[in-house]
Amino acid sequence: MEQTESHKPNVSRFALFLAFSRISLSSFGGAIFWARRELVERQRWLTEREFVELFTLGQLLPGPNVLNLAVMVGYRFAGWTGGAAALAAFLGWPCLVVVGMGVLYQHYGALPQVQQALTGMSSVAAGLLLATVVKLAMVLPRHWRPWLFGALAFVGVGVMRWPLLWVMGALAPWAVYAAWKEQE
Amino acid sequence: MDRLDLGGLFLHFLILWFLAIGGPSTIFPDIHRYVVEVHHLLTNAQFAELYTLAQVAPGPNAMYVTLIGWYLAGWKGVAATTIPLLVPATTLTLLVGHLNERYPNAPIGRAIRRGLTPITLGLVFASSTILMRAVNHDWRGYLITLLTVAVVLRKSWNPLWLFAAGALAGILSFV
Repeated sequence: MEQTESHKPNVSRFALFLAFSRISLSSFGGAIFWARRELVERQRWLTEREFVELFTLGQLLPGPNVLNLAVMVGYRFAGWTGGAAALAAFLGWPCLVVVGMGVLYQHYGALPQVQQALTGMSSVAAGLLLATVVKLAMVLPRHWRPWLFGALAFVGVGVMRWPLLWVMGALAPWAVYAAWKEQE
Repeated sequence: MDRLDLGGLFLHFLILWFLAIGGPSTIFPDIHRYVVEVHHLLTNAQFAELYTLAQVAPGPNAMYVTLIGWYLAGWKGVAATTIPLLVPATTLTLLVGHLNERYPNAPIGRAIRRGLTPITLGLVFASSTILMRAVNHDWRGYLITLLTVAVVLRKSWNPLWLFAAGALAGILSFV
């Protein structure tokens, strides 16, 4: 399958800061759902495929993967200051919110209503993550090999609960080699 | 509780974040070991509650380390636990992002991205099933999760409404 190199839209640092502020402040239960919604669906800065490839790179690098995605998206459109703008927005607001929650927790953490509301919201958060995987999986080619690698990664980490390092160490070179052979 | 050594905490977290390939969940067990088992800075229950709280706060899931820092030592604690998380993203990630933009069609880069994409999706799927099992106590929780999936795949409603519905279901003791 040939990649259609879409043109790169013009995105200012301020637009990056706003977009990643919106992503971080709405990211309840994991940021990847909201990052995809904002960058692919609302702003259309990235195609579905570009998004999933940048997310993959972010996953390979150490650190919170969506944070890595933010830095790379910012860098892609506005150089290293763009990366800094995305990073500041993506981490700054949650930092303040989390401290606020720390203060509230010291006062109200034990209330049963609070605990019950949190339980219901957690079930929704799990559903959002699952729906994101289903949407992103649409970009996979209709070929058995990618689906096999995806399934093996899922079974190794999600079912067998083997350490990630082993699973990646076994699968990654094999998957990259197969993709390499395919494009020759 | 041991005397809090913020410098030691900072260094330990810094090393951990460089090992966190595949995301924050890979180093979760070791953070727990350092904070609860080795240094007795928090009890097991406190650790779990702070973690859960950060999961429902907006922002990256990894922000639970910030909350732990705040709880232990205020703003100094926030700095000691949060700055380490930034270091890999501002060094390695910028470098790789630069190479990726400079040589977008390098065959090796394309093979890496193409080859690893399905593995990433498998891992996110694994995370979603682990999360589902951790948060859903019985069929009612799973029902909320599956309803969420159905709505998200069909409608483009703002999911904050779904969260509000989930919170309401919880308060009405549905889950």
